Amino acid sequence: MDDVALATGGGGGVTDDVAVLGAGMHPWGKWGRGFVEYGTVAARAALADAGVDWRDITSVVGADTVRGGYPGYVAGATFAKALGWQGARVSSVYAACASGAQAIGTARAQLLAGLTDVVLVVGADAAPKGFFRPAGGERPDDPDWLRFRVLGATNPTYFGLYARRRMAVHGETLEDFAQVKVKNAALGALNPHARYRRAVTAGEVAASAVVADPLRLLDICATSDGAAALVLSTLEFARRHGASTPVRIRAVATVTPTYPNTALDLPDIATDSATAVPPAEHTFRESVARAAYEEAGIAPHDLSVAEVYDLSTALELQWYEDLGLCGAGEGAKLLREGTTAPGGRIPVNTSGGLASFGEAVPAQAIAQVCELTWQLRGTTGARQIDGARVGITANQGLFGHGSSVVVVR
Amino acid sequence: MSRTRTPVVPRWFAGEGEAFRLLGTRCTACGAVFFPREDVLCRNPGCQSTGLSEVPLSPRGRVWSYTDGRYRPPAPYVSDPELPWRPYTLIAVELAAERMVVLGQGAPGVTVADLEVGMEVEVVPGVLSEDAETTWTTWHWRPVGVAA
Repeated sequence: MDDVALATGGGGGVTDDVAVLGAGMHPWGKWGRGFVEYGTVAARAALADAGVDWRDITSVVGADTVRGGYPGYVAGATFAKALGWQGARVSSVYAACASGAQAIGTARAQLLAGLTDVVLVVGADAAPKGFFRPAGGERPDDPDWLRFRVLGATNPTYFGLYARRRMAVHGETLEDFAQVKVKNAALGALNPHARYRRAVTAGEVAASAVVADPLRLLDICATSDGAAALVLSTLEFARRHGASTPVRIRAVATVTPTYPNTALDLPDIATDSATAVPPAEHTFRESVARAAYEEAGIAPHDLSVAEVYDLSTALELQWYEDLGLCGAGEGAKLLREGTTAPGGRIPVNTSGGLASFGEAVPAQAIAQVCELTWQLRGTTGARQIDGARVGITANQGLFGHGSSVVVVR
Repeated sequence: MSRTRTPVVPRWFAGEGEAFRLLGTRCTACGAVFFPREDVLCRNPGCQSTGLSEVPLSPRGRVWSYTDGRYRPPAPYVSDPELPWRPYTLIAVELAAERMVVLGQGAPGVTVADLEVGMEVEVVPGVLSEDAETTWTTWHWRPVGVAA
């Protein structure tokens, strides 16, 4: 996309909007129960919030989990059965950390195509203790299996590589990274759905154990149980339902990289080579945000709030740049100036982010949209950003899944 | 009985001592280089070729970034749960000729304190793990000028 398109700001998107009628979550934590239970709690909360009877839902889209056996791979049907079969069409999608956005994208496509008028989207996970691990067996054709077998490269080691690179190239410090945690923990303390609900000091981050140099335990997001759900509808259905000014989804970007992908993304052992084809002008993550802006017809300066995927503290700073909130290497400066904190120009991760939630993979991108929905409704209480009108989510799932959702009111 | 030396992944590297190299493939039509190797289709979207030939990668590059694993990784990484965990170093190395970054473990004894972004490193043969019958071999990155 070109900068002319970005500069048009504030106009309508390239498609019609869809309405967010309801949002619901099961609190994040380590509850020791199954993902189906979490998902149905979130689904019922979203249905109640929407004021829609489950039997009136005509499509269910589930974001899959790879940790729940067969029911996890057919999450849409699993949730539909648990809520009581009522004949709705069903889809189940998987895109790693971007699964939730793909589920929202699937629901939106059905609504815009006129296949259905009200959809339930659900994602839920029950996470194991410790590092995420690949599926079992001898699977040398699976890059995710190989990176563990050959290198022992856990997810946090990739976060460590990115963080060290930022320190070397941009001069960022451990203190800068810690301040991301301080900001997000303060917000998470105000969120009843967050797993970690207390303020954290920079000293506590520095005193926590190193997991993958230079990152400490408190720089890295935990793995959590949790669930999030949305009831999405056509604007016509919303009007008939009495929701005249609902929060609306204006764009869902689910783009893939462009060859050669020059970022060392999970779970890769090497980047693409740029010998035969020069790299694209924008990195993969930048292209995700640009696709969302283009589809929504907005520019970064139109944003009121953003929810970004802070798998680590340093990655949040990277997202500031990829979203165009600042130039390359200016992420830490933006944070230090308070631009991304409440009261700043563009508060980021008002939910508390992954820093306060820990990651419940298929639920997380849906939870990002729940937070934006509540911010745009003005119902988040102590963490409310006054006058929030436009929000964006950003997320990346391993194996080349970009995701970004633009929400407006 | 001596153990058999077996690469942890077949055909990703070959050679002994100074001649040790990572092995990628190069598209015979467009020249694109791949590591891990592609043997079926060229992944350049503007190329239709199925012709891919094996090519050794540059033995030296510069540190793009580095980290370490302070906690024991899950299987299929092999480690003895009876022994205390010894952190390993991971180094991402930028190869100038190939214009790509390749990850690898640091050679034994190389810690994050020994590394800087931009430092020159070379690929050396290494051992990943051993079991009753097999020594599983791999590649390591080692700062240039450091003895084995």
